Amino acid sequence: MVVILWLLGASLLVALCGLAVFFWSVRSGQYEDLKGASERILFDD
Amino acid sequence: MGLGQYYQSRALDPALRPPRPDADAAADFSRFIRTLPDSNHELTLSIDGVQCGACVWLIEQVLSREPGVVAARVNLTSLRLRLVWGGATADAETLIGKITALGYHLVPFRAGEVGQGDDKRARQLVRALAVAGFAAGNVMFLSIAIWAGLDGGMGPATRGLLHWFSAMLALPAVAYAGRPFFSSALSALRHRRTNMDVPISIGVLLVSTLSLIETINGGNHTYFDGAVTLLLFLLIGRLLDHRARGQARATAERLLSLRVAEVAVLRPDGTLERHAPESVLPGMEILVSMGERIGVDGVIIKGESSLDTALVTGESLPEAVAPGASVFAGMVNLGAPLVLRATATGANTLLAEMARLIDIAETRRGRFVVLADRVAKLYAPVVHIGALATFLGWYFGVGASANAALLIAASVLIITCPCALALAVPVAQVIASGELLKRGMLLKSATALERLAGVDVVVFDKTGTLSNPDLALIGDYAPDDLRLAASLAATSRHPLSRALCVAAGPVMARDDVVEYAGLGLQAGEIRLGSEAFCGAVAFGDNHAALYLRRENGALVRFSFAETLRLDAAETMVRLREMGIHLIIASGDREAPVRRVADALGIKDWFAGQRPSDKMALVERLRAEGRHVLMVGDGLNDSPCLAAADVSMSPASAADISQTVADLVFQGKGLGHVATALTLARRTGRVMRENIALALIYNLLVVPVAIAGYVTPWLAAAAMSSSSLLVMGNALRLKRGIK
Repeated sequence: MVVILWLLGASLLVALCGLAVFFWSVRSGQYEDLKGASERILFDD
Repeated sequence: MGLGQYYQSRALDPALRPPRPDADAAADFSRFIRTLPDSNHELTLSIDGVQCGACVWLIEQVLSREPGVVAARVNLTSLRLRLVWGGATADAETLIGKITALGYHLVPFRAGEVGQGDDKRARQLVRALAVAGFAAGNVMFLSIAIWAGLDGGMGPATRGLLHWFSAMLALPAVAYAGRPFFSSALSALRHRRTNMDVPISIGVLLVSTLSLIETINGGNHTYFDGAVTLLLFLLIGRLLDHRARGQARATAERLLSLRVAEVAVLRPDGTLERHAPESVLPGMEILVSMGERIGVDGVIIKGESSLDTALVTGESLPEAVAPGASVFAGMVNLGAPLVLRATATGANTLLAEMARLIDIAETRRGRFVVLADRVAKLYAPVVHIGALATFLGWYFGVGASANAALLIAASVLIITCPCALALAVPVAQVIASGELLKRGMLLKSATALERLAGVDVVVFDKTGTLSNPDLALIGDYAPDDLRLAASLAATSRHPLSRALCVAAGPVMARDDVVEYAGLGLQAGEIRLGSEAFCGAVAFGDNHAALYLRRENGALVRFSFAETLRLDAAETMVRLREMGIHLIIASGDREAPVRRVADALGIKDWFAGQRPSDKMALVERLRAEGRHVLMVGDGLNDSPCLAAADVSMSPASAADISQTVADLVFQGKGLGHVATALTLARRTGRVMRENIALALIYNLLVVPVAIAGYVTPWLAAAAMSSSSLLVMGNALRLKRGIK
């Protein structure tokens, strides 16, 4: 049953990575202008 | 097909006149420029006129082609432009000129410290929400395994392991995500008050601690899942609430910052200098050009012109002024340039007088206690006493162990935690304010909807509110006369000229027109203007009129009148059907007010009302226990707007009125008033339904919890389903509103 420890640990680690990425995205201001972001996808540049 | 090609056809020729000639004031931006550590300069501006992504693209492209620009980014949500460039600070003028030439109006944004604190709080809430969501999801996975194994399929060792993992996830998450509630509860307790956050905090902390003790003792039931899901739901409500409030605040801030008009001060050496209106000293000479709004109170020392005083006095016809006449901030110069001497500034200006009246009105209005707070005030003590009684009952009455009794009491707290209550109101509010925005109404105050729902009297201003802000041409005229007159009038900003052009449709403006301020227009031998200017004989009716004298001396008289907003009559019918009493209070003379009142079938009307009279009227109504909605646009209405229970202003209103009003509506229609009231009543009903649903759910489940039958999975399921129920109920607001 030791395998359950590994499984739990690994899955939590992956989830924590996701949480870290979300924190980074909040800090880098990606939620500051949701309306603008939906329009910017149409720009050519 | 790229946007690039589209905009190549849009000439960016600096020689072309900007599409909006009135937005030309070269404001002083240097005060707002910040120098960054890397010696680049930064400037944040509010932009007016940005509609969609194409505008964003255009502005950013134009700016990024300029040499020296490091970054130019438009935020479409807050309508702000952040500009970073290297080189001289004076380059700002050139860069801003490029954007102004495209037809956008730019104003330096004064980033207030309040606003920054607000942003920080929003981020904190989003992070707390993320942590709560993360923990809730993972703990729930573990919990499902535990619940599935409760029948005996799972050994105590495995269950203990899963409990420990749950604790490891839940405890840090509670400590982090619970902070918004803990700090609010603490500050409430410190002021010897209680709010919704007190029972939340006590419940969450107690449940977490007890669950930890259970885990250490190897018990069967832990409530980690309940504690974190609870926080998740509550944080959703909190974030929605914050959004609604933030939107209201940002709207007000933008309205204000877009209107920081500067005043042109004429220095003794004849040069012009731009000042903020509040920094003008009495005795300074001020130049007011044609079409400009006067920024200070003063006396005219040079120039003759006519002034549009509608925003200040409510009078619909322009007033002719000459040297020696007193003018007030808020009037618009329609004719030739004027030079004013600023009279006593500070507390003696009309504007300051209004501000003082508004202050008085607002302190008298008192703080409105929102429904959710009123419920929470009753709810919190009942819940706490209930949980305490449960503990005492089990411990002393039944003789259960302290641990078991505490656990049952905790389950009562979890079950009664005002999850649905905390969601019930914000969800309804966010949906309703979104619906209002879609219809062109900006809700500026978060509590306005609740106040609007109780309204039973509406007081209307006349000029600019019931009637259109501009006069309109009445009667029939030969198309030829109309076109000729319009070709002269097209060059003038006088309200009558503009009304004439609107009636005539598109015409070519003549380029040989000379304007005589206060008299009229002349092109060759053709004249358009007052009766004296055209040599006509006065005509005995009350209508404002323009005369056209053709080259052959033939005279045509154009009459103008105030027209009601198109749907005014229909709106009055709708309002009456809602059982609302209608009143007109106007600063205008008796005859026009009576005419409008008769046309709309309103029996209660008051003419010649000064601002303090209007305020007294509203306060008298409120003293009778009526709930008053004031709809007005003028400077003279602003104290009254502040005194009423709730207030609305059209977007064409005076700055100060829009600032005071709880709701600003756009467009030509008055139907917004009825729509907003309907929506507010429905929202109020949905809020009350939601609170009732939440209370009924508690009544059903609490006995089960007190009896000790609530297991963790039952608590989680009940909590989630009641939250979903109130959210679903609030979503009904999206349907079936005119």
